[in-house]
Amino acid sequence: MNLVEVTNLSKSYGVMKAVDDFNLTAIKGEILALVGPDGAGKTSIFRAICGLITLDSGEIKVSGFNVATEFDRIKPHLGYMPQSFSLYPDLSVEENLYFYAGLFGLNRAQFQEKKKRLYEFSGLGQFYDRRAGALSGGMKQKLALSCALIHDPQVLMLDEPTTGVDPLSRRQFWDILKDLRRGGSGIVVSTPYMDEVALSDRAIFIFGGRKLAEGTPAELAGIFRGKAYRVAVDPTFNCMEQLCRIDGLQARRFGSTVHIYTKENDALENYYPALAEIGIKPEIITPIQPELEDTFIQLMGK
Amino acid sequence: MEYAVTIDKLSKDFGRFRAVDEISLTVQKGEIFGFLGANGAGKTTAIRMLCGLLLPTSGLGTVNGFDIFKESEKIKKSIGYMSQKFSLYSDLTGRENLEFYGSIYHIPNGRLKERIAELARNLDIEEFIDRKAESLPTGWRQRLALAASLLHRPPILFLDEPTGGVDPVFRRRFWEILYRLADEGVTLFVTTHYMDEAEFCRRISIMHRGRIVEIGNPQELIKKHHQPDLQELFINLISKSEQNV
Repeated sequence: MNLVEVTNLSKSYGVMKAVDDFNLTAIKGEILALVGPDGAGKTSIFRAICGLITLDSGEIKVSGFNVATEFDRIKPHLGYMPQSFSLYPDLSVEENLYFYAGLFGLNRAQFQEKKKRLYEFSGLGQFYDRRAGALSGGMKQKLALSCALIHDPQVLMLDEPTTGVDPLSRRQFWDILKDLRRGGSGIVVSTPYMDEVALSDRAIFIFGGRKLAEGTPAELAGIFRGKAYRVAVDPTFNCMEQLCRIDGLQARRFGSTVHIYTKENDALENYYPALAEIGIKPEIITPIQPELEDTFIQLMGK
Repeated sequence: MEYAVTIDKLSKDFGRFRAVDEISLTVQKGEIFGFLGANGAGKTTAIRMLCGLLLPTSGLGTVNGFDIFKESEKIKKSIGYMSQKFSLYSDLTGRENLEFYGSIYHIPNGRLKERIAELARNLDIEEFIDRKAESLPTGWRQRLALAASLLHRPPILFLDEPTGGVDPVFRRRFWEILYRLADEGVTLFVTTHYMDEAEFCRRISIMHRGRIVEIGNPQELIKKHHQPDLQELFINLISKSEQNV
């Protein structure tokens, strides 16, 4: 059974169409990533699935229940971690967990049992009496995730959980998500990090409230039209400017090298003279597989 | 060689907690320096000391040649600072926000109008500068905040996670602007959690629990520690440092 089914969802705020005829399916044991620029509609989609906003049109089902009419039956199945930190900063780690346990009707024995398991995977046990407000960014996010998991939901909705989190904490956070997936949870996560998209089972690129593309990370990278190359030059400002002036070719900095892109049905050889003029010889150009970010940027048409 | 920033064994204690622990580094004029670190490592505390907002407990430091202990007022006037939480007034338009910040820096009206027009062109904000700040997406507000921090033509700019939560396309455009600024000679001192951005820096330092655990050119550090990329280098160094605590 599909854990989340969004059908033809539309939502406007005044004249602005935040979500436009959007469809999504999330299944058991899968991580689904939503990727898109600010204002693409990601947060509206999350809020709609969690029953926090009314829809203009369309239908959403979670665990088979209709969000609009049967939300009380959905609550036990749904865990939501909003984008902004929403825990009580003056309460300790354990008090926050206890508060959430109370909201979902856990008794004391159930809470003790659940707490033990949450501390095990989050590593928060050693900070049980620290005020939530005094935790580091990565720890805050782990606590927020723990609170969202207190009632063993089947579906986890995570809105940009790793924004502002350092790489090591991010890795640890994703290790937890992979464990939860193994345990059979369905996870929907929005993220601005392409490396996290690569860790997901499926991803949806969103822009202007509409779906641009959907598929596995490999499928999405394969959508790229044209060819990509790595050029072993120092990406100085000057070099990038000269490259960008070559008509028909696109160039982007990629770490300490430059990536260039030709259009579909175009050949790199056509640009050899122009490249030679700025000191780039064919020997330092190697073809590469387009990356997810290349596809994303191309689809956005920027 | 001319330095925009020099610090030597700089520390900051909050009660019994040492937030910054004897860090030393130098940043050359016109350099893009990536100030990386784990969450809670002390980066923001260090930046606040460099910006003259917080008095260090011990050590030495200069910014633009001014002493961070004794000349904090001169430092404040000679730097630009942009934090992750852009402080723009949401009820004002972009232009009104910039005019407001310009008046704080006592920029005469005529010159301010010219400077705003110049920044609007260079930072690609002309199309939305007259809209209310609240209605703008993060990537746009971010560029407005950058413009505000550049009004008084500071020779050095401190950027504390300027691109947090911004999508890859906006992040790239933002970095193109930073590169242009560096090319014009502005020194950039940047913190970020995006390792692809860190690779754009000429030098980086990695901080953990108040200390700098490594400093150098990104590519050279990757080679030195036999790591495939900066992300793995960061994870490796912080994990090691964690075990040594």
